[in-house]
Amino acid sequence: MVERTKAEISEANRRRYGELRAAGQEATPKALPQATALDGAPIAPQAVISREEVPPGWYDTVRLRRGEALRIVDTSGLSSVSVIGWCERDPSERLNCADTAKVQWSAALSKGRVILSDMGRVFLSLIEDTSGAHDLLVGGSTPASTLAAFGESARNTRDNFLAAASKLGLGLRDIPPCVSFFAPVSLDAAGRFVWNGARKRPGDFVDLRAEVDLVLVLSNCPHPLDPARPAAGGAVTLVRHRAPPAAADDPCRTTSPEIVRAFQFTDRLYA
Amino acid sequence: MSNQPKPDPSDAVYSQEVSAERPWSRILKRGQTLRIVDIEGQQAVDALLYCAEDPAERYSAQDTLRVQGSAYVELGTKLVSNKGRIMARITADTCGRHDTSAGCCSCESNAVRFGEPTKYQHACRENFILELSKYGMAKRDIVANLNFFMNVPIDPSGNFTVVDGISAGGNHVDITAEMDVIFVISNCPQVNNPCNGFNPTPVRVLVWDQPAV
Repeated sequence: MVERTKAEISEANRRRYGELRAAGQEATPKALPQATALDGAPIAPQAVISREEVPPGWYDTVRLRRGEALRIVDTSGLSSVSVIGWCERDPSERLNCADTAKVQWSAALSKGRVILSDMGRVFLSLIEDTSGAHDLLVGGSTPASTLAAFGESARNTRDNFLAAASKLGLGLRDIPPCVSFFAPVSLDAAGRFVWNGARKRPGDFVDLRAEVDLVLVLSNCPHPLDPARPAAGGAVTLVRHRAPPAAADDPCRTTSPEIVRAFQFTDRLYA
Repeated sequence: MSNQPKPDPSDAVYSQEVSAERPWSRILKRGQTLRIVDIEGQQAVDALLYCAEDPAERYSAQDTLRVQGSAYVELGTKLVSNKGRIMARITADTCGRHDTSAGCCSCESNAVRFGEPTKYQHACRENFILELSKYGMAKRDIVANLNFFMNVPIDPSGNFTVVDGISAGGNHVDITAEMDVIFVISNCPQVNNPCNGFNPTPVRVLVWDQPAV
């Protein structure tokens, strides 16, 4: 075998990176499914496992088995829902926003995308999504952000996460950065965050299919960039249900070589 | 932008080269300034900060970006903790832009991104785990980190790309502590993307007792 020089290895790695980037940012977005219609994807009554209404300012903890899904409905169109999660069998494996963006070459979540853990596995697949308007970068509200916004302390996502974690025997050390659904944050050309309120509609929903056994915490607090607060906020509905089994050509499992590998590594946990 | 290399390197109370691919850590006292010098250029330096008094309080990328209102770390950026307190500030920067959204490389994410054989390449998370173990911490304590000298533009459509570094040889960034912090570095070993120019190189760390500005 001919030994490759360091320069040859660098060049081969650079070429591979360019190919992955082209696939990830040119081919993959074209292959993603269309957003779900607001009246699309009804859940069959017999598939429903449980329902919960989470009042504004509050949180809920949901356990999902692999293959189950959680529908989150922003009934009023005024809410945002911030989510963290842990692998049930090892809570040191947790939702990871950075790897979610890096592996998919995009900070924009939409139908067909996935949310990864820090261990190279898929936690959640976005099997239905009406808006594609979510936030991976800014995170939820905190005691400081609500004090600055309202002039007084208010219920907030950081304290909700801490309370939920504590009830599971976890603590501040276990709270990773969160994903916020129905939080249309983008960047302008200068890198400043922009809130696109027009991308929120009453009844927007997302279906998250669990790809491992998971514990999720969902906090229904106004997003810190939402200029509509403190008026913002309505109850959100959570529907835990049995998702249709993923087919071999499931859109979430096949969007890119990276995602195919992430699912291979995930499936090995259950092989 | 502060391009003046002050304070004088000869006044530093500490100076150390961190070899390519290796971790480093030190407790920075409130008021001390840490300089990281990208000796050869295009070298990403992954970094984490913990409150020395109570390490459950640690650097929070999302809190830092929310407070700042923009996505990149630069001169003047306040590094905010998960309790909303300012841990440190960027007080000098000759590079211009740093990342805090892309996280650190790991054997596991490399295997996903670049193929299974890359699982057996050294990675920042291996460095962080070993360095954090000196302070009684573990993988669960690794949060979303800073990536000094790493260029990750995020465009209005959400495209998120690690691209060639803009850091030239000799560029530096100064971080002035506003509380006593455990400052942890992984001199990034990644060879599969452009964050290190596909060639990891050493960096130098210096500490001064007084603020840089």
